[in-house]
Amino acid sequence: MAETKKIATRESFGLALCELAKDHPEIVVLDADLAAATKTEIFKKAYPERFFDCGIAESNMIGIAAGLATCGKVPFAASFAMFATGRAYEQVRNSVGYPHLNVKIAGSHAGISVGEDGATHQCCEDLALMRTIPGMVVLNPADHYEMTAAVKAAYEYNGPVYIRLGRLAIESFNDPDNYQFEIGKAITLKEGNDVTVIATGLVVNESLKAVKELEAQGINARLINMHTIKPIDKDIIIKAAQETGRIITVEEHSIIGGLGEAVAAVTSEYCPVPVNRIGIEDVYGHSGPAVGLLEEFGLDANGIKKKIETILK
Amino acid sequence: MNNQELLELKKTACKVRIQTIEGVFNAKSGHPGGSLSAADIMTYLYFKEMKVDPENPKDPNRDRFVLSKGHCAPALYGALAIKGYFSTEEIKSLRHIGAMLQGHPDMKNTPGIDMSSGSLGQGISAACGMALAAKYDGSDYRVYAMLGDGECEEGQVWEAAMFASHYKLDNLCAIVDFNGLQIDGHVNEVAGLEPLDKKFEGFGFEVIKIDGNNFEEIEAAFEKAKTVKGKPTVIIASTVKGKGVSYMENQVGWHGKAPNADEYKIAIDELNAQLKALEA
Repeated sequence: MAETKKIATRESFGLALCELAKDHPEIVVLDADLAAATKTEIFKKAYPERFFDCGIAESNMIGIAAGLATCGKVPFAASFAMFATGRAYEQVRNSVGYPHLNVKIAGSHAGISVGEDGATHQCCEDLALMRTIPGMVVLNPADHYEMTAAVKAAYEYNGPVYIRLGRLAIESFNDPDNYQFEIGKAITLKEGNDVTVIATGLVVNESLKAVKELEAQGINARLINMHTIKPIDKDIIIKAAQETGRIITVEEHSIIGGLGEAVAAVTSEYCPVPVNRIGIEDVYGHSGPAVGLLEEFGLDANGIKKKIETILK
Repeated sequence: MNNQELLELKKTACKVRIQTIEGVFNAKSGHPGGSLSAADIMTYLYFKEMKVDPENPKDPNRDRFVLSKGHCAPALYGALAIKGYFSTEEIKSLRHIGAMLQGHPDMKNTPGIDMSSGSLGQGISAACGMALAAKYDGSDYRVYAMLGDGECEEGQVWEAAMFASHYKLDNLCAIVDFNGLQIDGHVNEVAGLEPLDKKFEGFGFEVIKIDGNNFEEIEAAFEKAKTVKGKPTVIIASTVKGKGVSYMENQVGWHGKAPNADEYKIAIDELNAQLKALEA
């Protein structure tokens, strides 16, 4: 079962890349002077001839990746989520998305759990930006095992993929022996019929703790891990809406444009039910330790539990 | 090149210009000025310089061309059609709904297009990625990227330039179509581009300056570029915007405007007369 050792999904990403690269010489890795932070340095050490530092020039890096992809390479281009998806948004849209090139973009240090660096580096808009691009797959793995599987799935998918990576070391909760990842197929972590909680990324495990505590209070919540933001798993959302009548989404991301709105778009079209969005409420983050910030913004287990209780009152 | 080759290139360039006017006129929009200025270099690339085969447009060992100044697609489409990648009939539906030929190059649907481009500054980065792939694979294909002079105001061009020089991409040859005009006026009045050669030198490029509407100079430049080792080359090609159509030459107003029926007739008549003179 899940081990207790904490590991950040950025590190899981670096390790997974190395493992994949053994059998796939067409995999190359690009970074923009953040290899030590995005953990592509793990790959760089193992395969120095397949690692290309682009310097602090993310826009160019995305173009380099596009050019490599036209020549049959499978580039993984990594930077902080803020720069990979924000600074280089238009390069991702026009040089990667429009020609549907086989480029994988990894955005590390996403969300407020960046911590001390503060608002300029706490990207809470990456999922929103990336899901607007036609044909872009958007993945937000929640723990080590899910990230490992997601990197492999991203490689196996022929087309552009965005993968969100976190800085903060977190517990793994998935069972490595039975875990299966499929792009666009969400995972029900707990059954329940009073309400459905749909979470993504770092806050999935926090939501899991929250719904377990709520169960002790007689609230039987269903919990879904939406690791793929796009294409979103419509079927599981519609079923949840029909069976539980209310959905609460949880994300370490702006409530504008992220998981919450993606879920609400499905329910409003196919099965209108109330959808409450828990996330970053149209504000910037600020400096502080990651764990403290998650608590302050109500995205730890206790905060999520309290918000669910308030919503259900 | 011998006189016969030179004559053939001049005739082909004239045909590329005719296709450019056909495309823009039928589209009722587009960018004739920069297409006409670049037509000679594009003609040289596709009919003399590059190892490409219209029967096998995806050959992994082919030379690549990225039109970083993607708005000048009409000239590129003309060159590709005449080369045999697709019928010249396609050019009449340029920019129409359902047409293969988009306002800016689309690699997914147009044979011969090596990279989708049009958002300025981005094509040169992709070209660097292609050149890097050739180095990584030990392949000997070359990569050509054409930039506009105004395009060099984009910061990404210089990010790419730094990258090309850092990775010693001597298989990359950039060309700046220096026609001196951009939408808001002369490049040096809009944003102060010069000295462009010094800028590229400072970024580690071999710089070659030529008259970009002169085939002998174009040939000499591309031949020299192939001998440069350990660094990328840029050819700064002085050209005449609107070249070949009298009323469009050096007129900023013809950057992004289609001729009306009368203007179209004048342009086609002039170009046909030039072609006839070459064939005589």
